[in-house]
Amino acid sequence: MTTSAHMTTGAHTALAPARARTASATATVRRKQGFQHGGWFVAPFLALFALFVIWPLLRGVYLSFTDANISGDGASFVGLDNYREALNDSAMWDALGHSAYFTLLVVPCITVLAFLLAMLAHNIERGKWLWRLCFFVPFLLPSTVAANMFQWLFTQGIGLINETFGLTTPWLTDKSYAMLAIVIETLWWTVGFSFLLYLAALQGIPDHLYEAAKLDGANAWHRMVHITLPMLRNITGLVITLQILASLQLFDQAVVMMDFSPGPELSTRSFVQYTLEQGFTSYRVGYASAMSIIFFVIIAVVALARMWLLRNREEGGR
Amino acid sequence: MTTTQIRVRTRKPWTPGQIVLTLIGVAVSAVFVAPIAAALLTSFKSEAEAAAIPPHWLPEVWTAQAWKGLWETGNITNWFVNSLVVSVCVTSVVLAVSALAGYGFARTEFRGKSVLMGIVMGGLMISPAVLGVPLFTTVQQMGMVDTYWGMILPQCAPAAMVYILYKFFQGIPRELEEAAFIDGAGRWRVFFTIVVPLARPSLAAVGIFTFIASWNNFLWPYMVTNNPDLMTMPNGIATVMNSYGIQWAQLMAGGLMAGLPLIVVFVFFQRQIVAGVAHTGLAGQ
Repeated sequence: MTTSAHMTTGAHTALAPARARTASATATVRRKQGFQHGGWFVAPFLALFALFVIWPLLRGVYLSFTDANISGDGASFVGLDNYREALNDSAMWDALGHSAYFTLLVVPCITVLAFLLAMLAHNIERGKWLWRLCFFVPFLLPSTVAANMFQWLFTQGIGLINETFGLTTPWLTDKSYAMLAIVIETLWWTVGFSFLLYLAALQGIPDHLYEAAKLDGANAWHRMVHITLPMLRNITGLVITLQILASLQLFDQAVVMMDFSPGPELSTRSFVQYTLEQGFTSYRVGYASAMSIIFFVIIAVVALARMWLLRNREEGGR
Repeated sequence: MTTTQIRVRTRKPWTPGQIVLTLIGVAVSAVFVAPIAAALLTSFKSEAEAAAIPPHWLPEVWTAQAWKGLWETGNITNWFVNSLVVSVCVTSVVLAVSALAGYGFARTEFRGKSVLMGIVMGGLMISPAVLGVPLFTTVQQMGMVDTYWGMILPQCAPAAMVYILYKFFQGIPRELEEAAFIDGAGRWRVFFTIVVPLARPSLAAVGIFTFIASWNNFLWPYMVTNNPDLMTMPNGIATVMNSYGIQWAQLMAGGLMAGLPLIVVFVFFQRQIVAGVAHTGLAGQ
């Protein structure tokens, strides 16, 4: 945050160094008037933000210390009991494990696949719009629609995937395949987004770098290793972070593909699904809130780790 | 960036490398399009044929039964309208409040600004998936369960969009605004006549992205609505159509109806949408 603000100010002074100085006296006066009372600009957003983000968070913290049920009345304070229970709840650890396992499978696959697709679309000289459309179009489908399609494609007997590849795999009913089916569906459905990010980044690499390398006799492989990959480092970090955050929040595709069940032998029950089951099926709002807060902390750790890595790189790298 | 490169490209000879790449491209594209094609073809089968073992790609008998059935059950039109109402409202509100807030944070001074900005950044980590249950009880307390308000308002505070516009507004040279202030224009007038027009591409990106996200949103509408008349497309299709013995042909037809509007829009506004998604994502770099 600080760095970006700083950079912008720097760019702005560089643009008009002379004018800024002469105008600065009047400008300071005007700026005082003009740039004040910004509160009104941010007020509408902050109101919504306070009501639907901050307040639920505080409320979640409060509820996590109570035994509240869904109706909200008659809750009593139970201290850290919910947290203690959660940490000893093997079903919670299983659910967290499923979400983590899903993330571990999806993130590397999607990153590599998105990169390869982008390289492909970037290097084919004709019909660029067509490749973009084909690779990106699944992302435009609602999660539930994509999940329904794959549920049907994976169903034993009537599914076209087994039929086409000559398999008899029980994708949706066997616990060793169920999560894999969800991973495959997710790759198909979401890779388009990361693909576009990579494509935009590839197009942002200045041509003269490649031309200079060619003059120096670098072959295609060297150009990729020494120019393309380093230039894509930032975007790769972004893709990985966004994917980790999104994958940990696995819910839609898993529940739809498993017909709103926790999957064969509970093998696809994600953390989000377990939390919602506790809240809305077992009506244990206090307990579900404690799990939400735990989840929030996990997400925050991932996001902060990314910020920390970025800062370290900026300090060390340049 | 994207646009200029496409324009400049002229007919080039087919080198062996290009032929190989194009063939790979065709094969990969086929894999990506196949599930959608299969769904489309199945929506023209009879229910019996859609559940036939072994399955086949092409309908033996083409019929529009599933599509007709979809219209006759009646709910789907409701869901379509609900989706449209929710997405349009969410997109309009998000555009308005995040443009104002992004500008406010980038260019105005008020007490506690940096602290507030920090809190808003913290909001990037919160979603209905993370805080579903407490968010639901909050909305329940406000009496907004099973209402449009309940579906719309919680989707209207996306910290990410504020951040994207904040970054954009920071890049606008201050001189443009200062000149207008000296001419006596007020803060609001500067915002609407100078800043907003400059920000049009960024606003389009935010708008497009918000619309896609909101049209496709499942989790929150799923949590906050039980009334089938109030459901949005993804929600209605996933819950109601899945509940009494799946009719695959009809389910595929319904799914395509939910997905096709965005696909058609994409085909027409591909350039803007691609730029928009890339822009939204790249701002987070």
